[in-house]
Amino acid sequence: MDKITQITRADMVDAALGGAFLGTGGGGDPYIGRLMAEQAIDASGPVPVIDVDSLDDDALIVPVAMMGAPTVMLEKLPRGDEAIGTLRSLEAVLGRKADAVFCIEAGGLNSTIPIAVAATAGLPIVDGDGMGRAFPELQMVSMTMFDVHACPMAMADEKGNALVLNAVDNLSTEKFARAITVEMGGAGLIALYPMSGAQAKRAILRGSLSLIVSIGRIIRREQAANRNPAERLAADLGGMRLFEGRVTDVDRRTEGGFARGRATFEGLDSYQGQTFTLQFQNEFLMAETEDGTARAMTPDLICLLDLETGEPITTEQMAYGYRVIIFGLPCDPKWRSNHGLQLVGPGYFGYATEYQPIEDLNKSD
Amino acid sequence: MFRIGVDVGGTNTDAVVMQGDAILSGVKSPTTEDVMGGVVDAVERALSDAAITADAVTAVMIGTTHFTNAVVERRHLARTAALRLCLPAAQCLPPMVDWPDDIKGAVGGQFWMAKGGNEFDGRAISSLDMAELDGIAAEIGAAGITSVAITSVFSPVSDEMERTAMARLAERLPGVDFTLSSEIGRLGILERENAAIMNASLRALSERTVDAFGRALHKVGLTCPYYITQNDGTLMSREFVQSYPVLTFASGPTNSMRGAAFLSGKSDAIVVDVGGTTTDVGALVKGFPRPASTTVDVGGVRTNFRMPDVFAIGLGGGTIVQGDGETLKVGPQSVGYRLTTEALVFGGATLTASDVAVGLGLADFGDKGAIAGLNPAHLTAVKARIDEMLTNAVERMRVSPDPIPVLAVGGGSILVPDHVGGLPVIRPDHFSVANAVGAAIGQISGEVDRIFSLESKSREDALSEARQEATDKAIAAGAKPDSIELLDQEDVPLAYLPGNATRIRLKVVGEMNG
Repeated sequence: MDKITQITRADMVDAALGGAFLGTGGGGDPYIGRLMAEQAIDASGPVPVIDVDSLDDDALIVPVAMMGAPTVMLEKLPRGDEAIGTLRSLEAVLGRKADAVFCIEAGGLNSTIPIAVAATAGLPIVDGDGMGRAFPELQMVSMTMFDVHACPMAMADEKGNALVLNAVDNLSTEKFARAITVEMGGAGLIALYPMSGAQAKRAILRGSLSLIVSIGRIIRREQAANRNPAERLAADLGGMRLFEGRVTDVDRRTEGGFARGRATFEGLDSYQGQTFTLQFQNEFLMAETEDGTARAMTPDLICLLDLETGEPITTEQMAYGYRVIIFGLPCDPKWRSNHGLQLVGPGYFGYATEYQPIEDLNKSD
Repeated sequence: MFRIGVDVGGTNTDAVVMQGDAILSGVKSPTTEDVMGGVVDAVERALSDAAITADAVTAVMIGTTHFTNAVVERRHLARTAALRLCLPAAQCLPPMVDWPDDIKGAVGGQFWMAKGGNEFDGRAISSLDMAELDGIAAEIGAAGITSVAITSVFSPVSDEMERTAMARLAERLPGVDFTLSSEIGRLGILERENAAIMNASLRALSERTVDAFGRALHKVGLTCPYYITQNDGTLMSREFVQSYPVLTFASGPTNSMRGAAFLSGKSDAIVVDVGGTTTDVGALVKGFPRPASTTVDVGGVRTNFRMPDVFAIGLGGGTIVQGDGETLKVGPQSVGYRLTTEALVFGGATLTASDVAVGLGLADFGDKGAIAGLNPAHLTAVKARIDEMLTNAVERMRVSPDPIPVLAVGGGSILVPDHVGGLPVIRPDHFSVANAVGAAIGQISGEVDRIFSLESKSREDALSEARQEATDKAIAAGAKPDSIELLDQEDVPLAYLPGNATRIRLKVVGEMNG
């Protein structure tokens, strides 16, 4: 995987594709984020991408993101200046300027919005993220495992409502902020987890932007060669194909500030006669066969790819009749620690099952 | 029980007469600038070849690429006002933000953003401001624009703001056509708005075209009902297509693929449809066109219609051949419907792909003497280039190593060699009029789009109730009961209504009786 040193307008196609893949169905429509970042780069130039080690220990790093139900962002697009507004209001609270911008998650809209903000603010972006994928809740970041506080946190909506939150811990921050996003119409822009360079060097997952862009490049290169990218992605990323089939039902609700639901698939080709289900809360969290046998579970990555083109499909795009590959990928090892599983394991999401790594669930006999 | 299928393409208008599964006649006629002349000629000849009279015909099904071509060629598009009800949200990506400049120019590129729109749960983002709408109406009127597309945030959840704004604007803009995004699209504001704007820009052309169809059929003496085919292979009434021309997008490839499947009896194949200007390559999977999965570009504009996955290349019977050796250029320009006056074999002065086919003995029409002077090595080189273009296109649509056949259809399919990319090529009977056959076997649909309460029943029960309702509608409209299948279903929970309400949109299709 090549390290990238900047993100140009031309890189945004790959960044959006790779972001959609690591978005594991959630994280919002990367196309919208791509258009926003392209506009910002057109206006202000390419964004330098830096290694966290190049920052001083006392540098200030601020992640910016969209929080809420991705379905909402598909319809209610931002006004445009909310994200940079949250960065400015956090800077005002902290009494100093940020030195770099950061992606809270490596998926969907939240891998592209920080690029737009970095371009507009004239700041570099750190090559890394807090999840190595997308997760639905804001405490589900590696920073929580390293005692970085989400607060002070700034929030803003398109109507001009702006708040600064000080909650006692990261889970409480999630609960309060979630209630506020519902009031904001299901989505808001946020700036949070202000970190020093020293904290970031310990707490972040590294190389995520380079990974996103290289996944996007793999997908496009394989498409150009008329091959489904699943094989190449499996080989290069250590992933696996879990199922192939068509969508027969999507049961979707917007509740509690999340897009929740379940999708059912019926098998094609070598999977003929079998059915498979995916459960999601913004992101795909649980993949099961019809008898309830788990084949992959959070925090491992469950991605949906178009059967013919290999294009990643988000939960909100998923519709009756789509022909798909269900693809699984092991998560960052940090998530498999006890603390990691407490934050993002199946138990946290209310599944009665113990976490089992995807490699163990799919051993060939 | 006779049916007529008509396909109005950019180059040719084809017609077939069918009785049950039997094809009694099939003819081709050049498409005329006024559309009508070509339809009259093709239908008259098809009737006379089949030796039946107009009064014996029970239905006419028309497929047309007229509206898709208008967008692709940026022609006949009316200047359109795009109104988005959203403020203060959604300013960051204004209407038509990602459209190619030429099509934005062709529809005028004028947009207004106004207060309005809903949250996901039905709350207002902001209330409609009537004074603001009146001001916009005045500007639209002053600009002389006669077609307006209105898109409100979350209108698939609540279309009230779109309707109220339309009523207000209509009072001040008499005679103006309106398209509401909630009537043609699903969630995803940019794609739905794009479809609404394109639809609005096609309304005037649609009125003229549908009117021309009606006059043409009347002239031939056909008094039976006529239908126009939609992108999913189902039939629309005349009134419906006048208001929603955008729904015909991609009906051409759907018709040719369904026609090819019907004619060949093959259910899994690559279909290569060579017309006068372009070649569409698609895939048949279990008898149905493989749908494109997510978003589809039409003329460079992103939409979220359900369409067949088609790869189009600029190669057809009228394709212009220029240069030779290193400078050899095959297409994408075409003489189009002027083939019969501009091609060399028809006494014209332009070397076309058809001349090359005649010169190599692959086809026999026109005046062979007119191309006697061409260098045979040059013709062979051109044919090699054409074979390479076709091979690349077939490879692109082929997604499995299985040796499935290639079905060559369309008037220009003489250009397709006997093997493409190692796959055997089948040319079914009546291959040149497969599109018209596809139109003639157009399916009857039954649709349900309404709000169900899940207070006293499960979601599954509501879906099966909706499916039954749609099935009953399809049968009432003339579908064979045992042929009915589910085509599409979608449910959008409406959190703002009491009683756990959900909007279910569901569509079933079946073959037409008789």
